[in-house]
Amino acid sequence: MKAGSKVRAVRYGPVSLRLHPRALAVGAALLLVALAVALVNLTSGDFPLPASDVLRSLVGQGDAGTDFIVLELRLPRVLLTLLVGAALGAGGAVFQSLTRNPLGSPDFVGITVGAATGALVVMLILGGGGVQVATGAVIGCVATSVGIYLLAFRRGAQPFRLVLMGVGVSALLEAFNSYLIYRGRLDEAMAAQVWQIGSVNGRTWTEVTIVGVAVAVLLPIALYYGRQLTMLSLGDEMAVLHGVPVERSRIVLALAAVGLAAGATAAAGPIAFVALAAPPLAARLTRSPGAGILPAAMMGAALLTAGDWAAQHTLPGDDIPVGIITAALGGVYLTWLLIHERRTRG
Amino acid sequence: MRLRASDLTLAYDRRVVASNLDVSITDGSFTVIVGPNACGKSTLLKALARVLTPQSGAVHLDGRAISSYPSKEVARRLGMLPQSPVVPGGIVVEELVARGRFAHQRLLRQWSPEDEAAVADAMRLTGTEALADRFVDELSGGQRQRVWLAVALAQQTSILLLDEPTTFLDLSHQFEVLDLCADLHEQGRTIVAVLHDLNHACRYATELIVMRDGAVLAQGPPAEVMTAELVERVFAMPCRVMTDPETETPMIVPASRARRRALA
Ligand SMILES: Nc1ncnc2c1ncn2[C@@H]1O[C@H](COP(=O)(O)OP(=O)(O)O)[C@@H](O)[C@H]1O
Ligand SMILES: [Mg+2]
Repeated sequence: MKAGSKVRAVRYGPVSLRLHPRALAVGAALLLVALAVALVNLTSGDFPLPASDVLRSLVGQGDAGTDFIVLELRLPRVLLTLLVGAALGAGGAVFQSLTRNPLGSPDFVGITVGAATGALVVMLILGGGGVQVATGAVIGCVATSVGIYLLAFRRGAQPFRLVLMGVGVSALLEAFNSYLIYRGRLDEAMAAQVWQIGSVNGRTWTEVTIVGVAVAVLLPIALYYGRQLTMLSLGDEMAVLHGVPVERSRIVLALAAVGLAAGATAAAGPIAFVALAAPPLAARLTRSPGAGILPAAMMGAALLTAGDWAAQHTLPGDDIPVGIITAALGGVYLTWLLIHERRTRG
Repeated sequence: MRLRASDLTLAYDRRVVASNLDVSITDGSFTVIVGPNACGKSTLLKALARVLTPQSGAVHLDGRAISSYPSKEVARRLGMLPQSPVVPGGIVVEELVARGRFAHQRLLRQWSPEDEAAVADAMRLTGTEALADRFVDELSGGQRQRVWLAVALAQQTSILLLDEPTTFLDLSHQFEVLDLCADLHEQGRTIVAVLHDLNHACRYATELIVMRDGAVLAQGPPAEVMTAELVERVFAMPCRVMTDPETETPMIVPASRARRRALA
């Protein structure tokens, strides 16, 4: 592996910033990729549209027909993909850094499974739909996170215990979710099962708003605490010595990450592996130490928009849930990760 | 006294390591803490640096309970090199040393000229410049030890606690680190170091703290406290105390195997 990327100081009066040019370039490139694929997704569908018409609609100069297709039918889905991808990438980066474990992402430690439980309870027991399902997902997500934290808490939450507890709780909730679907009415069970795959099909501005608010509020908080997160990766003792308010930082960061995962899951269902794979993939490109929350968010957005494009084009005439694509890609990634870990461990 | 601990009870869960412990660190001293393994030296240092919260009693820094400070404020006055820091992966030496500046930084003041100078100084003083681009987890124990020392130096605190700063180091590097500590001390900093080698301790310390079983048995200049009786009482090791021909400080010469057997 090559040495870490260089740092540049940018100073203006009393303001000084420590920048990793390579990380910035990678972040910008990923954002461009995500936006370009998003544009392609806006042009394609049952009625292919030229990119120029799409752009005209986006800036408010299109004709009524194109406006309807672009702004009403396709834009919510495309925005949702970008926002959910970014939320999962950022949430995953925070979690992996807090747990100091590449498997410590929300989908592995049971948080998104808890969200699914909340959503399934609403769908199959309370008979709710739409925003109620999203609310159920958020409640399930937060409740599961608090539960895991309390279970793992012994003289301060130890990262490894958190991951192990998470995996255990995840398995239990997984079983409970299967039971809920098993006992549901057939049509409801079908809908619940599809929801569980994770999809951006047929989502509306409501879902965009849910995840949009989560990203707008929580991503800045996570970024603000990014330097504390970087210090926490040196261990609690070192962090205390250097003046990090350890418990407060950890709780704020964990809540922000849980909120991001909850918002994403409430809007699109438990989409697999983006939160797991986006942060390390981004880190490989940036070669910067630290949590790299922003590059991970951009990577998540790029991965999910690309995944959604693939979901629409893999099977001709069939628009499969994007969760199937990410799960397949994730399987490949996880295999690679395990082989690679073995190799580097010797 | 800037750093003072009164009536401390130090424990990990229910395992009490020390009780009714009172320690004052003389301002501007080079204090060396010695004592047998597991007697609580590291635990005391952790309490002084508020890494470990005492079960009772309090540590005072500059006249105020250390627990009442904002966390960064303490980190600007007092730094510490822990005995066995977690070695982070994927980070190069220069970046790690730069993290030592955290307490001096803010959101919009992330990398001031002072930060840059402090990191350069710390790396120069510890002889780690040549390692700047190396990954920390790929260094030898001794190289790593000097890097951690650089991290603590970059913090530029006037009080510096060092837990076994010379472990992992070969003889010449041990003396380099001790000389560095002596230089820092001469520049006016208060140094508190845990050392295992009693002769090093006597050579460099202006003041010794001798501990056993979580209690301080003696504190004072090496020439006054270092006696054969004390060493035997603390370390259960008969010895002779002579004068170091190089430095005129006390020098401990352990009894021969035959004499120890005869005494036993
Ligand atoms: N993290 C810990 N948890 C439980 N016990 C500990 C911990 N660290 C140290 N101890 C115990 O506290 C006692 C004092 O340890 P320490 O202060 O590290 O001794 P030393 O004088 O060698 O530095 C020992 O009995 C040790 O086993
Ligand atoms: Mg120790």
